[in-house]
Amino acid sequence: MANIKYIEFNGKEHKVNVPNGLSVMEGAVQNNIPGIDADCGGGMSCATCHVYINDDEWFKKLPKKEMGEDDMLDQAYDPKLNSRLSCQIIVSEELDGLVVQLPEKQG
Amino acid sequence: MIKTDVVIIGAGPTGLFCAHQIGIIGLKCELVDNLDKIGGQCIELYPDKPIYDIPAVPECTGEELTNNLVQQIKPFNFNFHLSDRVQELKNNNDKWIVKTLSGKEFEAYNVVIAGGVGSFEPRKFPIKSAEKFDGKSVLYSVKDKNIFKDKSLVIFGGGDSALDWAIELSNSSKVTLVHRRDEFRGAPASVQKIKELNDKNVIDVITKHSIEEVKGNGSLESVDIKSESGEIKNIKTDYVLGFFGLIMKLGPIADWGLNLDKKTIPVNTENFETNKKGIFAIGDICSYPGKLKLILSGFHEGALAARGCFRYARPDEKYRFEFTTASSTIKDRLGIKE
Ligand SMILES: Cc1cc2nc3c(=O)[nH]c(=O)nc-3n(C[C@H](O)[C@H](O)[C@H](O)COP(=O)(O)OP(=O)(O)OC[C@H]3O[C@@H](n4cnc5c(N)ncnc54)[C@H](O)[C@@H]3O)c2cc1C
Ligand code: FES
Repeated sequence: MANIKYIEFNGKEHKVNVPNGLSVMEGAVQNNIPGIDADCGGGMSCATCHVYINDDEWFKKLPKKEMGEDDMLDQAYDPKLNSRLSCQIIVSEELDGLVVQLPEKQG
Repeated sequence: MIKTDVVIIGAGPTGLFCAHQIGIIGLKCELVDNLDKIGGQCIELYPDKPIYDIPAVPECTGEELTNNLVQQIKPFNFNFHLSDRVQELKNNNDKWIVKTLSGKEFEAYNVVIAGGVGSFEPRKFPIKSAEKFDGKSVLYSVKDKNIFKDKSLVIFGGGDSALDWAIELSNSSKVTLVHRRDEFRGAPASVQKIKELNDKNVIDVITKHSIEEVKGNGSLESVDIKSESGEIKNIKTDYVLGFFGLIMKLGPIADWGLNLDKKTIPVNTENFETNKKGIFAIGDICSYPGKLKLILSGFHEGALAARGCFRYARPDEKYRFEFTTASSTIKDRLGIKE
C-alpha cells in the first residue's frame, strides 16, 4: 500500500491509500478523484489518465516508461517533460508519498 | 425523413450485434456513427490487437471482430450513416425524431444508444488563442487539400496523420513540422521520408518544441512555438494543423434529458431502457449494478434491448421467442435456403 497525493489543477488535494498492484489511475478512479478520465480503462490507448510528476526526484524514481507510453503521451492534453500516464504506474510500497499533479483537463 | 423501427447510435461491436438481434426478430434499423468507419473502439483504438475473451472465438483482432460482425448482419441490408453525429432526440407522440449534424432526420419507435464513451472527436490544441481560428486557419483534419496550395503551413504532431500530411502537402505548400520529442511514432517508411525531405530542405522539421500561441488580427499570421527550455520562436504561417489523434467525448448525448451517472446512462437490466420510454442504452455507455465494460456484456445487452424495441415497434403483435436453428421465419430473414 502507498499513500498517494493527487493535486487537482485548481489546487485541491486528495490523499488516499492505494493498494499494491493497482495503478495510480485506478487509485484516483476508485476514490472518485476528478480530473482523471481513463476512457480506455488502462489500455494505454486514450491518454486521458495523463498526470505530471512535478517533483524531479519522484519522476526519476518511478518505474521507467515502457514502449508506447511516450507515443500515447504525444496525444495527451498539454504534455510536458514530466508527463506520465497514470494507468502505467503500478503502485508498490516504494511509491509511498508520491505526489501527482493533474492537468487542466484531459482533452 | 427516414422512417424505421430503431435508430442505433454507434456502430461499435455492441451496436452491430444489436442490429443483428433486431434483424432476427423482424425489425428494421439504421445505424449512425461519427467515425468514418464501422467498429467503434475495436477499429479506432486497437484494430491489430488480438482479443481473447469473445465466447467461442479463442483469438481475433479488433478488425477481424468488426468484419465478422458486419458479415453477420449483411443479410438484413441495414444502412450505415458514417461520419455523422446524432445531435438531437425529440419526442413526437409515440415516436422519436432523430437529427444528425449533417442534417439527416429519422423517425423511429426506438433509439438504441450504443455510444461507447462518446463520439470520437479530434483532439485540439491546449491553447486559448487557437479557438477563434478553429475551423478556419487552425485545423484538425484535412477536408480539401487544395486550400493549402502555395500557402505556408505549420503541422504539429508525431504520428502517421501528421507525417503523411506533411509529406503530401509539401508537394504544393511550404511545410514546417513541429513535434514535442525527437522520436516520431509514425510508420518507419514515413519517418525516413520526413528525414529525407528535411535534409533536402523541402520540409522544415523542428523537434522538442510545442505550440505556445497563435497570432493574427482577424486572419492568422503566425504561430509561437516553445522549446523544452522555454525559448520562443515565431513562425509566419497561413495555416496551423494539429494531429493528436481522437478523444471520446460524450457530446450531445448529455443534452437529451437522460439520467447520467458520471459519463454513463443508468438502465434497467430487464430490457436496458433508460429513464425515457423507447430509448435504450447498451455497451460501454450504460451502467447498472455489476456492469462489466466488455464486448461480451454488450452483446447480451443488445439482445435484450432488441426485444424491448419490439414492444413499441409492433404494439399489436406478441413477441415470440424462437431459436435460429429451428425457426424457418428467421432463416428466411437471413436468406438461408434449405
Ligand atoms: C486497448 C483496448 C483493449 C480492449 N480489449 C478488450 C478485450 O480484450 N475484451 C473486451 O471484451 N473488451 C475490450 N476492450 C473494451 C471494448 O473495446 C469496449 O467494451 C467496446 O468497444 C464497447 O463497445 P460499444 O459498441 O459499447 O462502444 P464503442 O466501441 O466505444 O463504439 C461506440 C461508437 O459510438 C459512436 N458514437 C458515440 N456517440 C455518438 C453520436 N452522438 N453520434 C454518432 N456516433 C456516436 C462513437 O463514435 C463510437 O464509434 C478494449 C478496449 C480498449 C481501448
Ligand atoms: S487509461 Fe487510457 S491511457 Fe491510461
